[in-house]
Amino acid sequence: MLSEQVKNKLITIVGTENVQDSKASLLAYSYDATPGFQSFPDIVVSPKNKQEISEIVKLCNEYQIPIVPRGSGSNLSAGTTPLHGGVVLLMKHLNNIIEIDEENLTVRTQPGVITQDLIQAVEVKGFFYPPDPSSMKISQIGGNISENSGGLRGLKYGVTRDYVMGLEVVLPNGEIIRTGGKLAKDVAGYDLTRLFIGAEGTLGIVTEATLKLIPKPETKKTMLALYQDIDAAARTVSAIIANRIIPATLEFLDQPTLKAVEDFAQVGLPTDVKAILLIEQDGNESVVNADMDKIAAICNQNKAVRVTIAETKEEAEALTSARRAALSALARLRPTTILEDATVPRSEIANMVKAIEEIAERNQVNICTFGHAGDGNLHPTCLTDIRDKEEMARVEKAFEEIFKKAIELGGTITGEHGVGAMKLPYLHLKAGEAGIEVMRGIKQALDPNQIMNPGKIFSLSDRNRVVVQK
Amino acid sequence: MKLAEKERISQEFKEKMDYDELLNCMRCGFCLPSCPTYIESGMDESHSPRGRIALMKAVVDGEIEPDEDVKRSLDLCLGCRACEPVCPSGVKYGHLLEQARNIIYQNNKQSLPEKAVRNIVFNHLFPKQNRMVSAASLLGFYQRSGLQKVARSTGIMNFFPESLRTMEKVLPSVPKKKDMKNRPNHLPAISVQKKRVAFFTGCLMDTVFMTTNDATMKLLQYAGCEIVIPNTQNCCGVLHGHSGEREKAKEMAKRNIEAFEGMNVDYIITNAGGCGAFLVDYNHLLKDEPEWMERAKNFSEKIKDITSILVELNFQQEHLELDNQIVTYQDSCHLKNGQKTFMEPRTLLQSIKGVKYVEMKDASRCCGSAGIYNIVESEMSMQILDYKMEQTKKTKAKTIVTANPGCLLQMKLGIEREGLSDTMQAVHIVDFLLEAYENTH
Repeated sequence: MLSEQVKNKLITIVGTENVQDSKASLLAYSYDATPGFQSFPDIVVSPKNKQEISEIVKLCNEYQIPIVPRGSGSNLSAGTTPLHGGVVLLMKHLNNIIEIDEENLTVRTQPGVITQDLIQAVEVKGFFYPPDPSSMKISQIGGNISENSGGLRGLKYGVTRDYVMGLEVVLPNGEIIRTGGKLAKDVAGYDLTRLFIGAEGTLGIVTEATLKLIPKPETKKTMLALYQDIDAAARTVSAIIANRIIPATLEFLDQPTLKAVEDFAQVGLPTDVKAILLIEQDGNESVVNADMDKIAAICNQNKAVRVTIAETKEEAEALTSARRAALSALARLRPTTILEDATVPRSEIANMVKAIEEIAERNQVNICTFGHAGDGNLHPTCLTDIRDKEEMARVEKAFEEIFKKAIELGGTITGEHGVGAMKLPYLHLKAGEAGIEVMRGIKQALDPNQIMNPGKIFSLSDRNRVVVQK
Repeated sequence: MKLAEKERISQEFKEKMDYDELLNCMRCGFCLPSCPTYIESGMDESHSPRGRIALMKAVVDGEIEPDEDVKRSLDLCLGCRACEPVCPSGVKYGHLLEQARNIIYQNNKQSLPEKAVRNIVFNHLFPKQNRMVSAASLLGFYQRSGLQKVARSTGIMNFFPESLRTMEKVLPSVPKKKDMKNRPNHLPAISVQKKRVAFFTGCLMDTVFMTTNDATMKLLQYAGCEIVIPNTQNCCGVLHGHSGEREKAKEMAKRNIEAFEGMNVDYIITNAGGCGAFLVDYNHLLKDEPEWMERAKNFSEKIKDITSILVELNFQQEHLELDNQIVTYQDSCHLKNGQKTFMEPRTLLQSIKGVKYVEMKDASRCCGSAGIYNIVESEMSMQILDYKMEQTKKTKAKTIVTANPGCLLQMKLGIEREGLSDTMQAVHIVDFLLEAYENTH
């Protein structure tokens, strides 16, 4: 519980209309898109600018109150769940694109802008901002930066990190710093920009970002390759890349995922095959055509039963939107859907797909797999029921095995969803105890009172890995 | 709310809410941009579908009490169900909302006047069509006798809230009582008979909007339908169902099922999106009554909107023509989200010679009418309407076409509020189509 005194001070900073603390409001900000995690904040505050944010942070630092910055709450690792109560800080008022700089190919934006709105705004001017997480219709740029979000176009174009050139950040002591800028080159000191990207709001609050733009590709083509053998589909992925072709998108969906997605989207996805690859290439028309021909040939060599190319822009768009709905569509099959994003080097994708199948069978759990195969980033999704304790224990065990396998193959426990609270118990597998110690040191230096999104990424006080679950 | 009331509501939430459906929401948030109240409340999660489902679940789980704020969140929902088609998990939000509202209203003590009004409206007026006729005639008397003029000139209307005041101005002229009582019960097809259909007349549609009902039947006849109109049918019960009067709604549903049974028709036609969506859902409404399940299912499967049957019968290939004008279409939420009918009206409008069809931005976003929402939640409703009018103005349309009486009144209200009644009109699609047909035949 916050004292009346602190509440009144918050009201003085942002105004009554921007402070909510009714039980219903607190409940509405107690969760994100991660199943199994829920915790009430003490208050929900919506600042209007960075000065207000700075004042809020100073106040919270003085009284040692946790702050959890939150965009649209589409997080998949419980990163925006206020596990230790405190202030949920909404960025909804900071929702302006400040400037599209056509000479420097940059866009300066506030963190509360919806990703898709930003993408559309720059496309109108002939530019391209590639990071396109599946939640882009609702996610905010600030959230993308703090989670270092990926997306379908990651294979060719990289992830959010590759487009952030500079940040403005309110530090846990209330100081406001600016890092980087509209600079193609900048080696003045430590790369603080990168430090805050993917920090999951544990080091400060992003209040502005300068993002890199590239020219919009001239044209784009979308292909579906159908398989009756999952392994063949996975091998195709490695074969395409081994043939020196980098498609913009190279997505994998297995049969149960296909069925669920088609059930929702009804865009004519085949449901009678074991797996498909959704492949996109963009760029200069002749290059795109040549690449697509080569890719089709590789698919056929690798036992694709059929290869089709989308006839129209609308058809292509429908296919990729349908793919973006995959996770939520799977939720129609069982009460609880838990997904992971274990990631391996691209060359290991076939091995990883096989391992996931074996692990699911061994633990007798139902796992569907889809994901950014070209990035080595799969989303094995477990369909289960959170009320069934016995089954949940098996699910937990299966995921632990998947993580360990991913690490064994030279991969990581999370490719793009973040550690948050959900994968906190597994971080040591990837980072090692010494690595976590370095992270703790950085955290301690910036946020000695541990007010910024506590309980995420790693535990602070000791080495016990505690996950608050309900 | 009193403690005992809250406890009763919590208990019933535990017993009656569909928990599997609540769990089906995996909180991805894909619904957020489709929700008018989420947008208009400045992205307040507690006024979003995901937030409301979380609140319902929290009450079941005993994490929060069903207090005024929870009730407020559910009250402010338009029930437009725009969140349903965009939900990849297929959560049946409309059903959850209905269940939750029903529990709250049945247990929340209303003030005496509110109780009295609800009793008259829900138990005595809407279920009895002859009383609807009398009530509508009273309105007709008010309009024709000069009382309306007196009311307006004396400024007595200023005592009413702004939206009601404007609504009073835009209500259509009510037909004479004699005409409302004297309705046909069978009409032959004109020229070749292609289908035999029954017509669901609706309570308001057959009184205040009687001319639109007449137009509907004429179109059906022209399109080759023989029409039966059973006179034992009554109001669909949608207002009851959405206002927490579920038991009453069930009674009315049963009477309608009986009225249309054994008619041996291909379809049961409606011309009001709101009624239609409730009628197709009778099998859900009566899901706990085994002896009615099958009968309800048979009834629901026959429900079809007028625009849908017209397209099926290729009415768009008839010669339809009107004066040159720009036309835009405002979706009826329940026609689109409840009955999945949204291409048909557009197909029909685009087939009219002289009409330049311009789609408005967010045409499928609710106009804020939502049953009696525009009266009980006037402020939010007007905010939503303002956005809608901005979009309609951008199309430069002369005519806004709708497919539901509530939407029609709301669009008329919007035109009046914007002071555009000289340059813009709102019409029901059947009136518009009939004019286009009769112009050339």
